[in-house]
Amino acid sequence: MIAAIAVAVAQVIVVGAGAPLLVGVLRTLKARLVGRRGPSPWQPYADLRKLLAKEVVVSTTTSWIFRATPYVLAATMLVASLIVPVFLARPPLAFPGDVILLMYLFLLGTFFLALAGLDAGSAFGGMGSSREVAVAALAEPTIIVAVFALAMRAETIDLARVVERFSREPLLAANPAHLLAFAAFFIVMLAETGRLPVDNPATHLELTMIHEAMVLEYSGRYLALVEWASAMKLCLFMTLLANLFFPWGAGGLTGPAAIPLGVLVLAGKLVLLVIALAVLETTVAKLRLFRVPELLAGSFALAILSVMAVVLV
Amino acid sequence: MARLAYGLAALVAVGAAALGLHGMFGGAFTLQIGWLVPLGGLQLTLDPLAGFFLLVIAVGVAPASVYAIGSAGGARRGLGAYLVFVVSMCLVPLAANMMTFAIAWELMSLASYLLVLHERESRESLRAGWVYAVMTHAGLACLLAGMMLLGAWTGSSEFADWRAAAPGLGGGARSVAFVLLALGFAGKAGVIPLHVWLPLAHPAAPSHVSALMSGVMIKLGVYGLLRASFDWLGAGPPWWGVAVLIVGAVSSVIGVLYALVEHDLKKLLAFHSIENIGIILIGIGAGLLYQGAGLEALALLGVVAALYHTLNHAAFKALLFLGAGAVVHATGTRNIEEMGGLIKRMPWTAACFLVGSAAISALPPLNGFVSEWLTFLALLQNTHLARPSLSLAFALGIAGLALTGGLAMACFVKAFGITFLALPRSEAAARAHEAPPAMRIAMVLLAVTCAALGLGPTWVVPALATVAGALLGDTPPVAFGDWLTLRVSEGFATGSALAIAAALGVALVALPLGLRVAGASRRRRAYETWGCGRIGQTARMEYTATAFANPFKRVFDFLYRPTKKLDIDFHPESRFFVERIEYENPTRSIFDDWLYRPVLDGLSGVARAARAIQSGSANLYLAYILAVLLIMLVLA
Amino acid sequence: MLRQLWTALRTGIVTEPPARVSDLERVGERLAAEITRAFGRSLHIRQVDAGSPNCCEIEIGGLTGPHYDLERFGLHFVASPRHADCLLVTGPVTRNMAEPLRRTWEATPDPKLVIAVGDCGRDGGLFRGSYAVAGGVADVIPVDAVIPGCPPSPAALLAGLLDAIRRRR
Repeated sequence: MIAAIAVAVAQVIVVGAGAPLLVGVLRTLKARLVGRRGPSPWQPYADLRKLLAKEVVVSTTTSWIFRATPYVLAATMLVASLIVPVFLARPPLAFPGDVILLMYLFLLGTFFLALAGLDAGSAFGGMGSSREVAVAALAEPTIIVAVFALAMRAETIDLARVVERFSREPLLAANPAHLLAFAAFFIVMLAETGRLPVDNPATHLELTMIHEAMVLEYSGRYLALVEWASAMKLCLFMTLLANLFFPWGAGGLTGPAAIPLGVLVLAGKLVLLVIALAVLETTVAKLRLFRVPELLAGSFALAILSVMAVVLV
Repeated sequence: MARLAYGLAALVAVGAAALGLHGMFGGAFTLQIGWLVPLGGLQLTLDPLAGFFLLVIAVGVAPASVYAIGSAGGARRGLGAYLVFVVSMCLVPLAANMMTFAIAWELMSLASYLLVLHERESRESLRAGWVYAVMTHAGLACLLAGMMLLGAWTGSSEFADWRAAAPGLGGGARSVAFVLLALGFAGKAGVIPLHVWLPLAHPAAPSHVSALMSGVMIKLGVYGLLRASFDWLGAGPPWWGVAVLIVGAVSSVIGVLYALVEHDLKKLLAFHSIENIGIILIGIGAGLLYQGAGLEALALLGVVAALYHTLNHAAFKALLFLGAGAVVHATGTRNIEEMGGLIKRMPWTAACFLVGSAAISALPPLNGFVSEWLTFLALLQNTHLARPSLSLAFALGIAGLALTGGLAMACFVKAFGITFLALPRSEAAARAHEAPPAMRIAMVLLAVTCAALGLGPTWVVPALATVAGALLGDTPPVAFGDWLTLRVSEGFATGSALAIAAALGVALVALPLGLRVAGASRRRRAYETWGCGRIGQTARMEYTATAFANPFKRVFDFLYRPTKKLDIDFHPESRFFVERIEYENPTRSIFDDWLYRPVLDGLSGVARAARAIQSGSANLYLAYILAVLLIMLVLA
Repeated sequence: MLRQLWTALRTGIVTEPPARVSDLERVGERLAAEITRAFGRSLHIRQVDAGSPNCCEIEIGGLTGPHYDLERFGLHFVASPRHADCLLVTGPVTRNMAEPLRRTWEATPDPKLVIAVGDCGRDGGLFRGSYAVAGGVADVIPVDAVIPGCPPSPAALLAGLLDAIRRRR
C-alpha cells in the first residue's frame, strides 16, 4: 500500500519536474541542427521561475473561467501522470486507468483552455480555440483505435497492465500492428501536443497559430502553469509512446532500486524520441491548416490497418 | 392555479421515482381493469425495466415541473396537456398489453403535439407541429402493424404471452416483427434518418417541455426497442445487432456534425439528443450481438452501458434545455450569435450550463464519461466474438464513438463559449437578468444529479446490472468491484471515478498552495484584452459561432454541402470602399434533399394520379359501387 | 529532407561570441535591483515597431539567426506583450502609433524594461521634427536604455541588450 502510494507520487514528481527539461533538450537539439548554439537545456526552468515573479494582467472582458483554466489544465496533467505508466516495474496496486480515461482527461484540459481562449473576446483567442478543438476532435479516433490494437494483443486495456504484459511476453509485439500503431500514435502526438508539421510552437504569426493563440492573453503565474502543463502533455505523450510500444529494459525489477533504474531507462528512450522529433521538426515545413485533417485521416488509416493486422495476422 | 398543477406534476414524478426504485429492486405488481380499455382491458405490470424507465421519467419531470413554476408562471395554456403528457409517459413502461400501450403512446404523442404548438401564431411552430404529427403517426402505424402481427401469430394481445410464444415463431416472422417495431420505436427515438421532426419540434416547444421531450420521451423509444428486441422476441440473428450498432454509430456522428453548424441554441441541443440516442443504440447493438453469440456477461455490459447512458442523458439534457430556456427567457432570442457575456449577468445559469456541457462532452469526473467509458469497454471486447469481419465493424464503431466524443466537446465549447463568454453581441444580451429562483433550483438539482451519477458508478452499475439481468433473462451474476473501484469483465478494465475526482480535487487545491510556497507574485492588474494595440474593443471583434464552426464545415463539406451567399454594397463613388457586406454560409441537409423530398414528391405524384378516380360524376360513382358489389358477390 | 539534414549537420554551429564593445546611453534610472534578480537568465522580448522604416527590424531579425543567436543567453522573442519582460521599441513614434505603443506598454506585466533602438528611437533620428512624428520613445513611455545607431548592427544590439540586463545586477 505504502509502496503503491510512493510509486504514484514518484511518477507525478518525475513527470512534473522532468517535463521542462524534456522541452529544453528538444529546443537545444533543434537549435544545434540549424547551426545555432541554442539555449541551455535548463532554460525552461529559468523561464518558469521568472514568470512566477511577474504580475498577472487580466483582461476586464474575462470571467472566472479564464482565471481557473491554468489550474484545471495543470491539475489534469498531474492526474494524468498518475495513470500513464512511467516506470515499468510497478506493484499491482497501481492507480487504475486506461487510455480512454487519459484521452478524456486531456480533453478536459482542452475544453477549459478553449473556453479561456474565447473568454477574452479577442479574435485570436477564438480562432485558436476553434482550430484546437477541431484538431483534438479529429485526433481522438486514431488514439483509441491504435491503443485498441494493442489492447487486443494484451487482452486488457488498463495501461499499466498492457505494458506489463508486453514486457513479460515480448513475442506479442512481433506483429506489423505494433509498428503501424506506433506510426499512427506518433502522428497524433504531433497533433495533440502542437508540434510541427501541425502547429509551430515558436511562431509569432497569429494566423498560423493553433495552441499559442489561446495562450496570448496569459501572463505571470498563469502563463507559467499553462506552459508547464503543455510541457507535461508532451512528456506524457512521449512516455506513452516509449513505454507502450517499447516496454522492455527494466527487467521486471521490484523494490526501491526499481524507480531510479526505471527513470534511467525512460530517459534513454525519451532521448531517442526527442532526437527523432527534433530531426522531424527541423526538416519538415508546417502544413497548411486545412491539410491537417488529411494528415489525421492518414494516421487514422494506419490505426485501422493495425487493427486489421492484429485480426488477420 | 398553474403553480399547483406543476407542483402536482412534480409530485407525480416523485411517486413514479419511488415506484420505479421499488420495481428495479424486485418489487413487482400488476393492475388490471378490464372494462376501461377495449380489446383486453387496462393492464399494467411493474418489472425492473419498467421501474428503471419510471425513474428516468422522474429524473426529467420533477426538475422540469419545478422550472415551469418559475418560467410559465400563471399561464394556463398548456397545463392540461402537460399533465396528460406526464401521466401518459408514466403509463407507457407499465403497459402490459397492446391496447394499453397504444393508447398511452398515442396520448403521449397528442399531448406533446399540443405542447409543441404552444406558439400557435408562428409559421415555424405550425410546420414543426405538422412534421412531428406526421412522423409520430407514421411510427405509430409501424408499431401497430408489428404488434398486430405478433398478436395474430401468438393469438393474444398480452406481452407476457408474446414473451412465452416468441421462441416458437419462425425466424422470418420474428425478423419482420423486429423490423416493424424497430422502425416505429426508432422514429420516436429520433434515429437517423427518421429524425427530421426532432430539430423542428424540440425548439418550438417551451423549454420545460423540450427538456421532457428530449430527455424523457425519446427514451421511451429506447424502452420500446429494448422491450421488443430482448424481451418479446428474444435473441435474434446477428444482423439485428449489427443493424442497430451501425445505425447507432451513424446516428451519433451525423447528429453531432449537424449540431456543430447549428446556431439556434435549442436546435443544437436537439441534434445532440440524436447523437446521444445513437450512443445508447451502440450499447444496445453490442448487447444484442453478444447475447446472440452466448456471451452473457458482455451482453450484460452492453445493456448496462446503454441504460446508464439513458439515465445520464435524461439528467444532462434536461439540465441543458432548462439552462437554454433560462437564456432564451432572459435575452428573448434563441440565436447564439446575438448572445455573449451572459456569465457575468447570469452566473448561476452559466455554472449549471457549464456542468451540463462538461457532462455531455463526457469529461471526467461527471456522468457522461462513465457511461461512454462503459460503452467503449463493451465495444472493445469484441474479439471474443471470434469473427474477423465483425472486428473491423466494431473498430469503425469505436472510431465513430471516439469521434463523437471529440466533436461533442467542440460543439459545447462553441455553445457555452459564444453564449456566455466575452462581450454581449446585442442589446438584449447586455440587458439579460438572472433566472428566477424556481428555475435556478431546478437547474442546480439536475447539476447535482449529474455530479452524483458521475461520482457514484460503483452503486449505480450494480443496480443497473440487476435490471439488465432481468431483461436478458437468466444471466449469472457479474461482480463489478467494490465501493471505490469498478472492475469490468474480470479486470479487462478498472476505473475509479471517486479516486479521479479526489486526485483532481487535491491537485486543484495543491497548485495555488504550491505557488504560494514557491513565492509566486500575487499581484494582479486589470487591463483590456490584447488586440495588437488597437484602440477600443467591441463585440464585433469577437469570434462568431459561424467562424468557430468553419473548420468543421470545411472538413465535412461532403455532408454539409455548404453554399455561400455574398452581398457587397459598394460606396457609390468608388469600388474600393465598401459600405456593407452580408455573408451567409448555410448548410443543406442531405436527408431533406435525398430522402424526404423524393419520398414526398413520389407520394404527391401517386396522389395526383389517383385523383383521376374522383371525376365528380355521380354516374361513375354508382358504376364503382356496382362493380365492387359484383366482385364481392363472386368472391363470397 | 535528408539532404537538408545532411547540410545542417555538415555546416555545424556558426554562432560567434558576442562583441565586447558597447556605447550606451542611459535614459532614466527606474530599475530596482529586484528586477534583475527576478529576470535571472530569462528575458522575453516583445519587439514593437512604432513607425520604423524597418532597417532596425532587419538588424534585430539577424539576432535570431545562427551567427548572433540571442537564445543562448536566455533571451527570446515572444508573440504577445503579456508574455514579455522587455519591450524593444524601434522607430520614431509616429502620431498614429503613440496610443498603440502606450497600450502595448500597459499590457506588459511588471516588472518590465523598455529599450529604445536606434537614433529614431532615441529622439526621432532622421525624422525628428516631422509633422507625423510624436518624438522619441521616451516621449511616449518611460525608457530604461537606448541602443543608438542608424541602424545598430546586430552585434551592437546584442551587446546593448546584455549590457542593459547586466548593468542591473
